[in-house]
Amino acid sequence: MLTVLLAIGILVLLSLIFGAILGYANVRFHVEGDPIVDQIDALLPQTQCGQCGHPGCRPYAEAIANGEAINHCPPGGQATIQALADLLDVEAVPLDGDHGTESAKRVAVIREDECIGCTKCIQACPVDAILGAAKQMHTVIADECTGCDLCVEPCPVDCIDMVEVGVTAKTWSWDKPQGIAATSLNVIATDRQAEVTH
Amino acid sequence: MQAAKLQTAQVFSFHGGIHPPENKTQSLQLPLGKPSLPNELILPLGQHIGQSSRPLVKVGDKVLKGETIAINNGFLSSFLHAPTSGTIAAIEERLIAHPSGLSDLCIILAPDGNETWTPLEPLDNWQDISKTDVLAYLSEMGIIGMGGAGFPTQVKLQGAHKNPLTHFIINAAECEPYITADDMLIREKTLELVLGIEILQHLVEADNIVIGIEDNKPTAIAALKAILSERNSQIQIAVVPTKYPSGGEKQLIQLLTGKEVPSGQYPADIGVLCQNVGTCVAVHDAITLGKPLISRFTTLTGDALKAPQNVEVLFGTPVAHLLEYADFEPKKLSRLIMGGPMMGYTLDSAAVPIVKTSNCILAASKKELPAPAPEQACIRCGMCEQACPASLLPQQLLWFSKSQEFEKAEHHNLFDCIECGACSYVCPSSIPLVQYYRHSKSSIREAREANVKSDLAKQRFEARKARQDAEAAEKEAKRLARQKASSNKATDKKKAAPEKAAPTAAAAPATTDESKKLKVDIAIGKSKLKKLQKQLLEAQENEHVEEINNLQLQVTDQEKAIASLEEQLAQMTSAAPDAPATNTAKASPAPVSDELKKAKVDVALIGVKLKKLQKQLVETPDDQELKDKVSAFETDLKAAQDTVSKLSESTQASTNTAAAEPKAAISDELKKLKIDAAIAKAAVKKVEKALKKAEEINAPEIEAIRQQLQEAQQRADELEKTLANPEAAAPKAAPVKAEPETNVDADAAKKRKIDLAIAKAGIKKAEKNIQLLKEQGKDEAEINASEWPSKLKEAQDKLAGLEKEQASEATAPSVATVTSAPIATANIDADAAKKRKIDLAIAKAGIKKAEKNIQLLKDQGKDESEIEASEWPKKLIEAQQKLAALEAEESTSATSVSTPVEKTAANSEAKVEPEMDLATQIKKEKIAVALAKAQINKLNKRLESSPEEADNIKQEIVATEQRLQSAETLLEKLIHSQTNMQENR
Ligand code: SF4
Ligand code: SF4
Ligand code: SF4
Ligand code: SF4
Repeated sequence: MLTVLLAIGILVLLSLIFGAILGYANVRFHVEGDPIVDQIDALLPQTQCGQCGHPGCRPYAEAIANGEAINHCPPGGQATIQALADLLDVEAVPLDGDHGTESAKRVAVIREDECIGCTKCIQACPVDAILGAAKQMHTVIADECTGCDLCVEPCPVDCIDMVEVGVTAKTWSWDKPQGIAATSLNVIATDRQAEVTH
Repeated sequence: MQAAKLQTAQVFSFHGGIHPPENKTQSLQLPLGKPSLPNELILPLGQHIGQSSRPLVKVGDKVLKGETIAINNGFLSSFLHAPTSGTIAAIEERLIAHPSGLSDLCIILAPDGNETWTPLEPLDNWQDISKTDVLAYLSEMGIIGMGGAGFPTQVKLQGAHKNPLTHFIINAAECEPYITADDMLIREKTLELVLGIEILQHLVEADNIVIGIEDNKPTAIAALKAILSERNSQIQIAVVPTKYPSGGEKQLIQLLTGKEVPSGQYPADIGVLCQNVGTCVAVHDAITLGKPLISRFTTLTGDALKAPQNVEVLFGTPVAHLLEYADFEPKKLSRLIMGGPMMGYTLDSAAVPIVKTSNCILAASKKELPAPAPEQACIRCGMCEQACPASLLPQQLLWFSKSQEFEKAEHHNLFDCIECGACSYVCPSSIPLVQYYRHSKSSIREAREANVKSDLAKQRFEARKARQDAEAAEKEAKRLARQKASSNKATDKKKAAPEKAAPTAAAAPATTDESKKLKVDIAIGKSKLKKLQKQLLEAQENEHVEEINNLQLQVTDQEKAIASLEEQLAQMTSAAPDAPATNTAKASPAPVSDELKKAKVDVALIGVKLKKLQKQLVETPDDQELKDKVSAFETDLKAAQDTVSKLSESTQASTNTAAAEPKAAISDELKKLKIDAAIAKAAVKKVEKALKKAEEINAPEIEAIRQQLQEAQQRADELEKTLANPEAAAPKAAPVKAEPETNVDADAAKKRKIDLAIAKAGIKKAEKNIQLLKEQGKDEAEINASEWPSKLKEAQDKLAGLEKEQASEATAPSVATVTSAPIATANIDADAAKKRKIDLAIAKAGIKKAEKNIQLLKDQGKDESEIEASEWPKKLIEAQQKLAALEAEESTSATSVSTPVEKTAANSEAKVEPEMDLATQIKKEKIAVALAKAQINKLNKRLESSPEEADNIKQEIVATEQRLQSAETLLEKLIHSQTNMQENR
């Protein structure tokens, strides 16, 4: 009987000790995880265009965290949807066409001699990418422009164009190979050899 | 001995590697060729890594051979020089040698065939001057790494100083099949190479200098050895076995030092510097000859060339020109490759130019370079792993690349892959592994860049939001401050509460605790009151400058609040004789007085509205609606006034009827009395202070305050007497009365002071205006005609009245309410005066302008008649008339303050318009035209997108077009008159 009690006592003691150690470790080595909204926000393109129906990317990130569909961001496109799906462990769905379609990257360009200096576009730009002053010519800082389109509508003389950013030698990237193509049906190496030398 | 040293240079080995057919002999059959000058040289601005250079020349400029034609554009950028003398034909987009087959900005140079050198300035004293200067010189000579990526040499040399260098390695391995350019360079320029190495060694000061060269170049090795032993040089030669890719920087380092460059680090991090032989020769040419980098050795080879050979070629020479030089057979060509068969890329066009990093043109026949076999599935044979010189796991990388799991690919050190192609070469499934890796790498890079950009966008977005929030908060704070200032009225109310509490404490000392508590409350209430009053004064000062309107409202509010307070005081005084009554009185008068206050505010509000309407009525006397409104308001006003009088009556009554019995323990009473006495003394002090201040400001006020002081002192004396003889005196009345009354008195004094200050400010303003008129050169009569003297008088009268009132106020404090009204009007007067002043100033400016213009015309030597013909005299007269009218109005405005405000406003508009510069008008019209045009554009667009609304939109378009037309005609007219005017002048 005594041994049984002793055993139980020791086990209880041990569990208490380990519990204390684990509890301490939990507090001491606590890792502050990224709140989910931050993680979602980090995946969104930060174009701040509002096409998702929210005033900026972060509000949409919050909405996603609260259960909104992940396919409302046209600038992010399918890549963003895929990333969000991976993060949230949900199914990747195609982009919701109601919010717009995925388009090539664009920047705003002001036709400067037509600009009347009304400053309306400055007020519209969510990232302060437009430079100018009242009654002065305005211009877009192309490097800062996210291509959100928001400055186009307010311009009273319609002098802002959205121009596609072409690929230059510096921004060009290699294509993905086609992969195992249908043409490579002849799996046997000798067949292939014959075809090549032919 | 030297030779022995050379032999002993230790050679290690690296993992993997392959032995593809070398094919190097073809291009070594012929001696070094020198192709003729092409018709044009195409010089891309981005021949190096980093930002493109900025052109220094314009189209049409004549340049000499070696002249700088583009300057570096940032840290990693480089200079560019004219390879020959000639003319800049164009600066435009041309196809460049790039795997993408894209175009880039190029300077096009049309050679004149003279090859005239620009004066050369060799850096003879490179051993004496600072190394930084030598590096800067190298940068200006456009020297970049000629082996592969085109990394600016001076940057690489700077980086080499990070760690003490153990090895300075010269890369002469040239491991890639077909290419023999370096081999040829070593044979042709052995001495230059060695001298170049010596210069570089001077710059980097490494422990060991080793030339790494593959054993398939016996001629070059022999030549090198001969020179080195001749010069008794400390440079070692390490002959490495032929194996691809021993020429890779990291592989060669491993071969010669046995050390591996850790993943993600640079050779400099382990104390090694690697330079290509071509770069060493270029350094020599630049420093000892003063020649910038304008040409290089390039191998022309492949079955499609009948005369494969090495050539020394000027940068910018089109590939087609070189192919022609080497007897190109187009029929045989299957692929044109820039670089070698392993690491090169296919050229889509032979029009692309040779650049600083082009080491080989391979015109391969189909037999030489068969089309890549179709890709099969990976069989996990592991041959790629065996071949990989970077010790990677190519099949794993392939897997992750195919499934776009870039993160995992990075974990498997994708970025350590040197894209050597060894894995693809050995793969039995003919998988284009390198292409997959390249794709993955660029995708990852793109994603990183996008991340950087989106982070930046986020930052900017958040910064903007923060800014907007701050602006909103500031506005809100301002609004609150204003509200607070105006709600000081409410604080006055608060002040009233503790004061009311005071009599309670005195009259109902049933429990000592309660009385004590109440006294504490009084003290707190008083300190609060003091603070709030200070704030009020401050606010007044600030608002005075900024917003007179606001101030006006506040002042009225304050007057009202103070007036109501005085009312209470009056009640208190009347209740004082039977002080014990206050016990109940305290409760009833408060709500009544509140109501009274409200009613009074109503009266004031209705009065203001009525005034406004009357003003409007003066403007438009026929408006029936207005008249109705006015009469309605008048009845309202009467009703409100009735309520006020009723309420004040009832207040009086309630105070009078209020009654209660005092029950106090004597000792408590004594304590209380002492405290009261102290408070009364403090009040006396306060009044004394006020008196002093008043003395400083204005004499007449002193009388009133002195009176107050006397009273307060009397009270304090009385109190003390009571205190001395508590049993004798009725313990109730006197002290109770004294404390609140003196306090309220002090308050009233303050209020009166404020009133006085306002009245004085009014006088000052009027005086200033008169002064202004005088300065402007008006004579007495004119000034008299203006309203200001009368205003001044009025204000002075008001002040006198106010002072008189104050004097009498000691007996009837409620009179103050009356004073508040004139003050409000005085304020409105001041406002209107300001407006008028502005109008006058504008009118005067108009006159001045006209006069100036006339003067100008005179100066320009126009005679009278011409001046007459111009519009200015007319304008002058017009403006003068307007000024006169304005002044006349002002004089009438003295009698009715409100009307001129509107009139002058209208007037100023009428006057400003002709004054408006023609140019600004034209600008305005232009903007109008542009707007109209844009709107038409927009409408047209809408018309296209929504044909259902076509009718509406069309109508709109027509309307807008009309507008556009009228605007355009107006604009034309304006421009016409402008030109006319100019001609007149
Ligand atoms: S649509 Fe996308 S890019 Fe635009 S605001 Fe919404 S989340 Fe941001
Ligand atoms: S410039 Fe225009 S398109 Fe570019 S970010 Fe600003 S608002 Fe958007
Ligand atoms: S291409 Fe990359 S993975 Fe393939 S062998 Fe070369 S270094 Fe290794
Ligand atoms: S060599 Fe080719 S088939 Fe073999 S493991 Fe590597 S990728 Fe797969």
